[in-house]
Amino acid sequence: MHTTPGRFSRFLAHANRDRFLLILFLPGMAAIFVFSYGPLYGLQLAFKDYIFADGIWGSPWVGLSHFRIFTQPIFGRLIANTLIISSYRLLVGFPATILFALLINELANAKFKGVVQTISYLPHFLSWIIVSGLVIEVLSPSRGIFPFFTRLVGLESPYLLADPRYFRGVLVVSGMWKSIGWGSIIYLASIAHIDPELYESADIDGANRLRKALHITLPHMLPVTSILLIFSLTGLFTENFDQIFNLYNPLVFEVSDVIETYVYRVGLAGGKFEQGIVVGVFNGIIAFILLIIANRVVKGATSHGVW
Amino acid sequence: MAFGKTRGDLIFDFFNVLLLVLFSVTILVPFLNQITISLSPARRLEGLGMRIFPTEVTFTAYRRVLEYPGLYSGYLNTILRTVVGTTMATLTMTAMAYPLSKRTFILRHLWTSLLVFVMFFSGGLIPSYLLMRNLGLIDTRWALILPILVSPFTVFIIRNFMMSLPVSLEESLRIDGAHDITIFFRLVLPLSKPVIAVVVLWTAVGHWNAWFDSMIYIIDPEKQVVQIILREILTSQELLRDLLDDAAILAMMEEEEGIYIIPESLKAAMLMVVTVPILCVYPFLQRHFVKGIMLGSLRG
Repeated sequence: MHTTPGRFSRFLAHANRDRFLLILFLPGMAAIFVFSYGPLYGLQLAFKDYIFADGIWGSPWVGLSHFRIFTQPIFGRLIANTLIISSYRLLVGFPATILFALLINELANAKFKGVVQTISYLPHFLSWIIVSGLVIEVLSPSRGIFPFFTRLVGLESPYLLADPRYFRGVLVVSGMWKSIGWGSIIYLASIAHIDPELYESADIDGANRLRKALHITLPHMLPVTSILLIFSLTGLFTENFDQIFNLYNPLVFEVSDVIETYVYRVGLAGGKFEQGIVVGVFNGIIAFILLIIANRVVKGATSHGVW
Repeated sequence: MAFGKTRGDLIFDFFNVLLLVLFSVTILVPFLNQITISLSPARRLEGLGMRIFPTEVTFTAYRRVLEYPGLYSGYLNTILRTVVGTTMATLTMTAMAYPLSKRTFILRHLWTSLLVFVMFFSGGLIPSYLLMRNLGLIDTRWALILPILVSPFTVFIIRNFMMSLPVSLEESLRIDGAHDITIFFRLVLPLSKPVIAVVVLWTAVGHWNAWFDSMIYIIDPEKQVVQIILREILTSQELLRDLLDDAAILAMMEEEEGIYIIPESLKAAMLMVVTVPILCVYPFLQRHFVKGIMLGSLRG
């Protein structure tokens, strides 16, 4: 067989042909290498005692001693809180967003529909610092609107943000309040792609609106729903931080301290870097595994997946 | 629909509209409430109340908040990071997306896999912090711009848009001797305006609302973003005071021009000062954001 001109020289020729494209591409890729792949280097500290003067590489290896956190009760609490809060969010927030999209879709008056949608998107554009500020003021026992209404109907309301029984409920409701409108857009987009003839022929068959929603609209939302469900399942272990960090306080740590808040509070702010890394990596790996499982399960059930 | 509405339809419509109106009210009322509190003197804020419309107006709280020096530096820092960060990110990401939109681009699959991986796995908070420290970026404004320069998800959305552009124009420019960079700036960028508008808006909102990076990377109060300034004001004794009795508040009353205001009014005024710019531009930009979601969802 004829010796090939060499894979490497072919590669160089290809690179040379694409040199202008590479000039465009590589600055961004360099940023990804440094700022997204760079942090992976620090993960070795999970097995080391970090000594600032020695740097990450020079710090001494200590084996698995930082992994002892997995056996401590605090870790069980973190996992439990993360799972419980995320499941609430998933079980309530996910269907609620779909329902909201369906209700919006049933509105006949385009102007009213537009107004409701515009209002419902608004909280999405505010940071959790602002939204938490609103939540805290609304629930404030001294001036809040919420206690005003509960007293109006004759109920004595405790301060929800300081009460371990209610705090998770506040998280779920305020989270929904912020994201339900914006989250519905993508469903409404998929509804807009449905062929109107389907509804017309259903009308001729005498189907009522519930039947049309159940048998035409919902099935057509399935691909989008599957993909969003996968992302939500993946987000179970992430995406909790901003909200909880801005709303929680020592009185409700026992029910609201999740992995991410622990990594920040104890790991970074408290200076226990190695511990924070161990727990943080655990979080990342679980999220990654969840993504793969979720994709397989959802794809198996609906034949729509992320890949 | 050509068919008349049944009684069930009408009942459903009624409750549907009612429910959605109530939902909209729950969004609007907290804002009206905070505006009212920010404008009311202390004597109008005793005890619980609805307070969605001020019955007596004083601007003392706003005057006090606007006197706060941190507010201006905070706003300047937020504007600075938003403008510089968004410009750099948009340029970098569009420049990345163009080569990726070419099926023959060298190592295309490798680049794509490397980008997809970081969408789903990251080193996490502490390794990122240590990296920034080792790079000497702590307490610099670059710490707020460089780590979020490239969002792989956004790059893929731009790439998908560029892949849908017609190739014929590009071919004719190429025959005239133009190379890839010229084509990118002269032809592809102008044609990609719709997706670029969306990316600019997304990135800008992200920068405007970002606070965590500033909290951990910025030490100098002069470089702090406005979100953090707001957070500082809101969290000063907040929960504690609410848990304590109102007696403490009376002691903290401030007197100015004979009008008493309470700390809540200051907090509400600060909250509004940070929120109002968003409330003002939001209705005009909202449509574009929705368009962006559509662009993204076409892929799925």
